[in-house]
Amino acid sequence: MAPKGLDYELLNENVKKVQYAVRGELYLRASELQKEGKKIIFTNVGNPHALGQKPLTFPRQVVALCQAPFLLDDPNVGLMFPADAIARAKHYLSLTSGGLGAYSDSRGIPGVRQEVADFLLRRDGYPSDPELIFLTDGASKGVMQILSTIIRGPSDGILVPVPQYPLYSAAISLFGGTLVPYYLEETANWGLDVNDLRNAVSQAKSKGITVKAMVIINPGNPTGQCLSEANLSEILRFCYQEGLVLLGDEVYQQNIYQDERPFISSKKVLMDMGPPYSKEVQLVSFHTVSKGYWGECGQRGGYFEMTNIPPKTVDEIYKVASISLSPNVPAQIFMGLMVNPLKPGDISYEQFIRESKGVLESLRRRARIMTDGFNSCRNVVCNFTEGAMYSFPQIRLPPKAIEAAKSAGKVADVFYCLKLLEATGISTVPGSGFGQKEGVFHLRTTILPAEEDMPAIMESFKKFNDEFMEQYEDHKGYSRM
Amino acid sequence: MRRSVIGGAKRSSLFLLNQAHRSLLSPSPPPLHHHLGSSPSSSATALLLLLRRLSSSSASSPPPPNMSNPVTVQSINPKVLQCEYAVRGEIVNLAQRLQEELKANPGSLPFDEILYCNIGNPQSLGQLPITFFREVLALCDHPTILDKAETQGLFSADSIERAWQILDQIPGRATGAYSHSQGIKGLRDTIAAGIEARDGFPANPNDIFLTDGASPAVHMMMQLLISSEKDGILCPIPQYPLYSASIALHGGSLIPYYLDEETGWGLEVSELKKQLEEARSKGISVRALVVINPGNPTGQVLAEENQRDIVEFCKKEGLVLLADEVYQENIYVPEKKFHSFKKVARSMGYGDNDLCLVSFQSVSKGYHGECGKRGGYMEITGFSPEVREQIYKVASVNLCSNISGQILASLVMSPPKVGDESYESYSAEKDGILESLARRAKTLEDAFNSLEGITCNKAEGAMYLFPRIRLPEKAIKAAEAAKTAPDLFYCRHLLNATGVVVVPGSGFGQVPGTWHFRCTILPQEDKIPAIVSRLTDFHKSFMDEYRD
Repeated sequence: MAPKGLDYELLNENVKKVQYAVRGELYLRASELQKEGKKIIFTNVGNPHALGQKPLTFPRQVVALCQAPFLLDDPNVGLMFPADAIARAKHYLSLTSGGLGAYSDSRGIPGVRQEVADFLLRRDGYPSDPELIFLTDGASKGVMQILSTIIRGPSDGILVPVPQYPLYSAAISLFGGTLVPYYLEETANWGLDVNDLRNAVSQAKSKGITVKAMVIINPGNPTGQCLSEANLSEILRFCYQEGLVLLGDEVYQQNIYQDERPFISSKKVLMDMGPPYSKEVQLVSFHTVSKGYWGECGQRGGYFEMTNIPPKTVDEIYKVASISLSPNVPAQIFMGLMVNPLKPGDISYEQFIRESKGVLESLRRRARIMTDGFNSCRNVVCNFTEGAMYSFPQIRLPPKAIEAAKSAGKVADVFYCLKLLEATGISTVPGSGFGQKEGVFHLRTTILPAEEDMPAIMESFKKFNDEFMEQYEDHKGYSRM
Repeated sequence: MRRSVIGGAKRSSLFLLNQAHRSLLSPSPPPLHHHLGSSPSSSATALLLLLRRLSSSSASSPPPPNMSNPVTVQSINPKVLQCEYAVRGEIVNLAQRLQEELKANPGSLPFDEILYCNIGNPQSLGQLPITFFREVLALCDHPTILDKAETQGLFSADSIERAWQILDQIPGRATGAYSHSQGIKGLRDTIAAGIEARDGFPANPNDIFLTDGASPAVHMMMQLLISSEKDGILCPIPQYPLYSASIALHGGSLIPYYLDEETGWGLEVSELKKQLEEARSKGISVRALVVINPGNPTGQVLAEENQRDIVEFCKKEGLVLLADEVYQENIYVPEKKFHSFKKVARSMGYGDNDLCLVSFQSVSKGYHGECGKRGGYMEITGFSPEVREQIYKVASVNLCSNISGQILASLVMSPPKVGDESYESYSAEKDGILESLARRAKTLEDAFNSLEGITCNKAEGAMYLFPRIRLPEKAIKAAEAAKTAPDLFYCRHLLNATGVVVVPGSGFGQVPGTWHFRCTILPQEDKIPAIVSRLTDFHKSFMDEYRD
């Protein structure tokens, strides 16, 4: 018989190369165990509503009304929906051409993009052009769109932090580019050293790779650090010198759990630096409705803003966006609501503030419980989660455990995480899915389990870890054999 | 004369005219040899030639501060430059400018509104959504009202019941959570049951991948199938330009097969064979066959006999059959029925081991026309577990498709049934829309056929008419002088004179030397007479001006 079009051997090699650990081996095993009836605590994906976080009421009211606009004409609508939700629904419907059921402009509804631009002006103090803001089905789609525009082949490199969120490694392999790693320094609170960046770029060059872009994730995923203004301006200066486009993944900008380093956007730092930087450095920054105190992951809403990108390139990005027709419209409304929230005096304002503060303050406490919990465990050290939604503790695996993993045919941290899963039902992602220095092992958990469950989870982790260490650790300590 | 293969630069020349129109956007010749490394492949060379040919200016930009700026048109992915999507191309940009002009200076143009007949976007032209679907979606978006007494006054009982059912299928009833990357399992069960009811053959929920509209599913398959320009995909000409764009973006070769306009856009297996062999003789490994049924832009509905031949052909040649079936509900003639390729293959006795088949479905089309929701799915059958795993992995990088779209896809495949409270209003809405679309299709078809030099096949299905215009020599010369393709020239004049936006045939591909445009049948029915008279008046004066 003739070979068939989808024979595995014939598939695009770039597809086969892709790795995406967040939904990899651990997740699959966890799903199996769940089917067998075991209680699984999914801490592998930053998916807050799946772990019981309630959606904010007001945006859901507005979107429900937009879904069923005939309710707006019902005399009884006021019994179930507050007046400000009704007004807001009418506002968004008036911005669409044909409600939620019509394709929008491929870049997103112009009125919503204007609301995003207004938000950016308030946030950064610099005007933003709605023509340079594209709404997307989640930030991931935006990242993929930009990377596919940049990457021509294996000789194009993208600087990516290690550890990194595996979207970047996955997308770069999918598009056939080369990931050029730069390491975050765990002992310096996952800090970023510009000298390392320079080394990474010159090493890449010596291999014939042209580095074209640099990714930063701020606040960090999986590492949870917040970049300082000084550090950001060093990075921007570096991008200027090397002619790199900076891709600023800023999806966790609402998730800040300390007061020393509030979130500051790359755009603001760039504009503060003035010319030539502010006129030259190409920057694309990403945001989403999936994170923050919104956590509306299932909506798939996001945007990117482009700065200093030449108009012809913007046209090309627009063209590619138009092939997918438009991002989903309900999520565009969520985005509008997120960037243009209720104001003091609005009927629903107090409830909105109560709900959003409740989420953020609880996340802050959970970040603390979790990192303290990890740090109280044998052979585990963990930087404080300053922001984002994750803790990324280092597990100092004893040589015997590493050997046991090897004979089981597993990477050592995968081995550890599988054991953890089997023993406790806690589903984590091994550090190897994010990248880490050789011989060092981590795992990523989200800080999203419900606050009241947190102490028990940390206790069961500690119990597992202690037993694991007991089983595999030579009491002689760390001497290599 | 028909165009043959189609690899590298030749392929693009199929859409060359189209690209040439965008000469303003054309890049200056990039230093491609430098960028592509020391051993430029043949495709790179071909591309270089192509880009040179397309170039209108060679002025180079001033040197950036240090190295080359990373995202200039000269340095971005050339596959991005190469792809084209005419449905939202130059004509639409012109329409948007005219619309702004109308807003700023009402009365300044010979018409008072722009009529977008370029894109299958029914609700933007006033089509109302199906009430039941929207009730369920609203309740799922705001589930806290589900158990309130007042809700029963505002929503139908079966929509409340359906919303509960759906919420119970979502872990934690969390509509704001990422789902399984293939889509929520319970919704896939519902869809599989819907497919089974449609075809009379079993469907497996694990074969279904829910996606943000059908387009991302098409991209996913192209990504999987195409490694280089050596991989070919057989596509109908005329075709929906998603296919040409996606193949270009992924760097493959489009192998055209021509639909026969004389026989109502018939699809001849002999033509498939001829094109396949020609491509193979050029060293291209043809991986898949795209069939759009009902056709876009051509509106034909395939006969079952014809579908059997196509299935047989794919089986024999080892081609993946990519069946774009998004217009399956849009059938306007009593003598034709939609048959899914899966049903046809199964009724021939072919199972998973015989044929790789992908069927695409969308919430954007049909009677519901919910384009803005970006809901859709693909059903993949005949795939090995390893391949399926690869698809799952790629899907998981994007986490999941949007939940609202997923819910809607399940509703579309499982609408209210006889006896349900909403059944009557649902059927009345559905029939009203489909019957009106059939009338609109007929009225427009007749109108086109009454015009000098225009012939138009029947829209048996889908949402479009694709009339052929025989342009006078004088018009073609005038177009040449204006450096535009003759069909674009016609469409631009039409827009400027009437405000009616249609897409030139060159955006879909057509037999060289013939000219067409695509016009949707979607303007509301009360607007159709005015459109007909505007089109008629315009065409007459156009012909008066250019008649040889």
